Amino acid sequence: MQMLTNRSKAVDRHPMTVWEKMYLPAIAKGMSITLSHFFKKKPTINFPEETRPFSPVFRGLHILNRDEEGRENCTACGLCAVACPAEAITMEAAERKEGEEHLYREEKYAAKYEINMLRCIFCGLCEEACPKDAIYLSETFAPSNYKREGFIYGKNDLLIPDPKKEPELYQKAVGERARKK
Amino acid sequence: MIQLAIDLAFVLEKAILIGGIISVSLLVAMYSTWAERKVAGFMQDRLGPNRAGPFGLFQPLADGLKLFMKEEIIPNASNKFLFILGPGLAMMTAMMTSAVIPWGKQIEIFGRTVDLQIADINIGILYIFAVLSMGVYGIMIGGWASNNKFSLLAALRGASQMISYELAMGLSIIALLMLTGSLSLKTIVELQSASGGWWNIAYQPLGFLIFIVCAFAECNRTPFDLPEAENELNFGYHQEYSSMKLGFYLFAEYINMFMSSVLMATLYFGGYDIPFVNDASLIESMGMNLVAVLQGLSLFLKAAFFIFVFMWVRWTIPRFRYDQLMHLGWKVMIPLALFNMLITAIVVLIRENGWPF
Ligand code: SF4
Ligand code: SF4
Repeated sequence: MQMLTNRSKAVDRHPMTVWEKMYLPAIAKGMSITLSHFFKKKPTINFPEETRPFSPVFRGLHILNRDEEGRENCTACGLCAVACPAEAITMEAAERKEGEEHLYREEKYAAKYEINMLRCIFCGLCEEACPKDAIYLSETFAPSNYKREGFIYGKNDLLIPDPKKEPELYQKAVGERARKK
Repeated sequence: MIQLAIDLAFVLEKAILIGGIISVSLLVAMYSTWAERKVAGFMQDRLGPNRAGPFGLFQPLADGLKLFMKEEIIPNASNKFLFILGPGLAMMTAMMTSAVIPWGKQIEIFGRTVDLQIADINIGILYIFAVLSMGVYGIMIGGWASNNKFSLLAALRGASQMISYELAMGLSIIALLMLTGSLSLKTIVELQSASGGWWNIAYQPLGFLIFIVCAFAECNRTPFDLPEAENELNFGYHQEYSSMKLGFYLFAEYINMFMSSVLMATLYFGGYDIPFVNDASLIESMGMNLVAVLQGLSLFLKAAFFIFVFMWVRWTIPRFRYDQLMHLGWKVMIPLALFNMLITAIVVLIRENGWPF
């Protein structure tokens, strides 16, 4: 028969020789193999203590961005909510008052901004839709929770730390991905 | 009238010894479960349990706690008395072997010389075989009392396996007994540790091989773990058991493993003999108690090595089919043991009578 590849092997069915019938050499060979594995380096990553680096295109938990002065970027235009294929985003807009210029960059801002992480499919379309550079997908993922309500992330959970007040936390939250842009 | 004069100090001494040995065996069995999982992990390029405490050292405690917390289920149709007796018997027979094993030579406390052996009976090996064959009852009763066909079949499987391998094991021991001429374990160890004496493994390599294979079968360890083949043969005789009663069965297995390791070390590897040094001269230079500790340690290390071998084999060799198991037991092991006996007998005869021809 014509072989398609040369990788196939015929099954060897010759009767066992005396040496093979003794089993013990084969057992010794097997045991030496397992023992060699005993001393091999383990590829395990001890998860909570060690983490694997994320790929540069990883899309994780959202963050709501601030500008250099610590003002919220989002203007509650709703484009992200429209773009979202999973309909995970809801928001309520409010108008910026006198004296709130240091809090919000635009005249209109999101008074309430919620993402349901159980609905979200982490596609990143919200990030692409945003005209104000206000939403990013970061390099963490949503931690587990006992309740469904716990997965609805409000503004407190999403907002990035203030770059002026907590610069280190801010840098950490920005992560590698945002810096690359 | 015969007065039974028992020295109170003697009773106390034995009680302490029994308590100590039992707790050590339990501790060893406990940490064997941990070691088993670690060894399994390492051999499969994993890390094994490492979350509970440093290196996962509290894992056995967590496991035990889990077993205690589980719901205790006794099947309605089962024989309740036997159902509870089963695991108890398994555990008890596992522990009973330890009585005749010499754990060290002697120690001196408060002017008393204490033998580190619970009972130095002159039929030590017979006693061990008697106890070992009682281990079958734990399995049989457990399987029978569950009132479950699968349990019963598994129990039958286990019992017939143990009985068949006990034969070959006994025959391999007989060859050893011909050499040492004594059934007392203490004498056997002393012969090996005497200056100029070799460990029995040097005289009985084949006998040891047969013994270790049979010990695997006796302890229901892979490759002979058919009585409790979890995945393909429906878990075996403790199928109906839950909670700590199941724990007892599993635990008894580990104690058995420890005891057979100690036995192998005692019979073939010099027991508490410290290798490469003369124990008698060591006693003179270091004192009796310190040497006894070292001897205990040496026996323990030997046993630990055999426990490792048990685990090593478990994670290397796949399980036998039942007919292969019986074939190996009856058609290979027993003739081999008989052959070994024959050779030993000839050698012993020649050595004692000189070359007769
Ligand atoms: S990542 Fe996709 S699914 Fe999630 S909120 Fe943004 S647009 Fe919606
Ligand atoms: S996050 Fe961006 S797209 Fe969404 S409402 Fe705010 S400004 Fe608009």
